[in-house]
Amino acid sequence: MHYLNWRVTMRNAFINELIEAAEHKNIALVVGDLGYSVVEPFAEAFPDRFFNAGVAEQNMMGLCAGLASEGFHVFVYSIANFPIFRCAEQIRNDVDYHNLPVTIVTVGGGVSYGNMGYSHHAIQDYAFMRSMPNIMIASPGDPMEVRACMRYLINNPGPSYLRLGKSGESCVHKSIPVVRPGRWLPIYGDNMSKTYLCTGATLQLFYKMNAKSLLGEYAVKSMPLWGMNSKNYQSKELQKYMNVITVEDHLEDGGFGSWLLESVNANLRSRVTIKALESKICGMVGKEGSLHDKNGLSFRSLIRSREL
Amino acid sequence: MLKNESKNLAKKIRINSLKMVHKAKASHIGSALSIVDIVAVLYSGVMKLNPNDDKDINRDRFILSKGHACVAVYSALYEIGFISEQDVQTYGEDFSWLMNHISHKVSGVEFSTGALGHGLPVALGKALAAKNKKENWKVFVLLSDGEMDEGSNWEALMFASHHKLSNLTVIIDYNKLQSLDSVSNTLGLEPLKEKIEAFGCDVLQIDGHDHTVLQSSFNSRVSDKPLVIIADTIKGKGVSFMENKVKWHYKNPNDQELIDALSELEGDYA
Repeated sequence: MHYLNWRVTMRNAFINELIEAAEHKNIALVVGDLGYSVVEPFAEAFPDRFFNAGVAEQNMMGLCAGLASEGFHVFVYSIANFPIFRCAEQIRNDVDYHNLPVTIVTVGGGVSYGNMGYSHHAIQDYAFMRSMPNIMIASPGDPMEVRACMRYLINNPGPSYLRLGKSGESCVHKSIPVVRPGRWLPIYGDNMSKTYLCTGATLQLFYKMNAKSLLGEYAVKSMPLWGMNSKNYQSKELQKYMNVITVEDHLEDGGFGSWLLESVNANLRSRVTIKALESKICGMVGKEGSLHDKNGLSFRSLIRSREL
Repeated sequence: MLKNESKNLAKKIRINSLKMVHKAKASHIGSALSIVDIVAVLYSGVMKLNPNDDKDINRDRFILSKGHACVAVYSALYEIGFISEQDVQTYGEDFSWLMNHISHKVSGVEFSTGALGHGLPVALGKALAAKNKKENWKVFVLLSDGEMDEGSNWEALMFASHHKLSNLTVIIDYNKLQSLDSVSNTLGLEPLKEKIEAFGCDVLQIDGHDHTVLQSSFNSRVSDKPLVIIADTIKGKGVSFMENKVKWHYKNPNDQELIDALSELEGDYA
C-alpha cells in the first residue's frame, strides 16, 4: 500500500506499536476510563496487563508508579489534560523523582478537541512536562513519527510523555524515521539558512503548506523528542541557521520555542522567532483549524513570520 | 517475632527518634512517636526483610505514606542493620540522604513521600504487580489519619477492593490530631471503620500501641479483600508532656526536654 493511502491514525499507530512491543517486553497499559475503539486490541491480547483505573487520575498515576517500580514499563493513556494536571503532583513526586518507566500518553494535544472547550485544550502541557528533570517529551507530528517515538521510548524506558493528535493526521514521512532526543529531523527542503522547526501535530500544517507550495525558500524540520535533558545539542544546530521559526500548538509561555531559547546562548536567540498559540485562545472553541487560524497558526501568519 | 523483641525495638526507636529530631532541630516528633509501636512490630518479624540485600525480590514492601514521621523508620532501619550510625548522624544535615521526609535514597526505604495521599496508590501498584507476577511478597502502607482527607486515598481504596488486593495491608495511624487541630474539628472521619468497610475492605480497629494485638492483626487475613487496620494511637506516645498535643507536630525538643523525655522513656522500659 502506498504510504499516502495508509490511513492509520496516530492513536492506532501508538496501540499497534505497543501491542507489538508487549509481545516480548513487560509492558502494562493503564487507562483512565478512556480509549474507546483504541485500546481494546491490547486489552484482548494482554488482559492481565491491562487496567482501567476508572475516573480517578491521582490514584491512576500513583499506581502506575507502583507498577513501574516493580519492573513494568507502564503506558498510561487518557485524553487531553486529564493524565497531566489532576495528577501533576503524582507525576512530579512519584514518577519523575523516582525516575520510573511510566509513559504518559495523551490523545488530543493542542486544540484538537476544538469544540469540547477549555477543559479539553492541552495547551499548557509542555510547560509542565518540560519542567520535570527526567521526563522525555515525545510530540510526534504524524503516525510515522509516533511509531519512531514509541520505538525510542520502549528501548529507553524512563519517565516520558507522548502527545498524540486526534485529527486523522496524514503520514508525512514515507517510512519510519530514526529519532533521537533533541535532534532536528529533516522534513522538507534543504535550505541550510532558514527553516521552520515544528513539534507535535503542527507538522500537519507544513504538510498542507507544502502541498500548496507555500513554504517559499524555507526548509521544514521537526523535533519529535525533546525535554530538559536534550538542550545541549541546540546551540550547535541553531548556529547553522540565520532564521529559525519554531511552531507549536501550545501557548508561547513555557512552550517549545521558549525551551529552544533557554537552550542557547544570548547571541543565538535573535535568530529564533516563536509561532505559538496566542493566549486569547483560552476559552475559545471551534474546529482545530479555525482555532489555529484565529490564534497565530494560520498559513498567512506562518508566512508572515518569515519577515519578522 | 517475640513480643519482647518488638518492645525492645520500640524503645530504641523512640530514644533514637528523639535524639535525631533534637540534634537536627526537626519537626514531627509527635507524629513519629505515634507510629513507633506499629513500625517496631512490622520490623520485628512481621515483614520479610533482608538487610544484606535491600532489593531482595522476595522482601515485603513497606511504604510510609506519612513521610514526615520518617525518623521512626530511619531508626528501625538502623537498628536492624540497613543503615549505619554514621548515616543516622547525617539526618538534618546539608546534602544528607536522610531527608526530613522519608527518602528512597536510604537503604531499606521503598519510596519517597512527603506530600500526603501518595503512599497508598503507589502501594497498590506494587500489590498489583506482585499478584500479576504471582509473587508472594506483601505490601504494607502506613497512613496518617489527617491524610484520609485526601481524595486519592478513597480512589485507591475503591481500586484495591475492586481488584481484591489481598496482599495489601493498610494501616491508618488514628491519633485523632492533625497538623492544625483535631481530626474531629477539621474533617471528621467517623464512622471511619464503617466507611472503609463500605468501600469493600476488611477492617480491624485496634489499640495501635499493643504489640500483641498488632502482631495478631497483621496475621489475621481471612478473605481476599485488602486489609485495613485502624490503629488507635496517641500522638507523642511514650513522652507524657508530648502526648496528645498538636504543638509536637512542629516543635523540636530543647536540651532539657530531651533529657526529660529520655529519662521518662528509660523509666518506662526499666
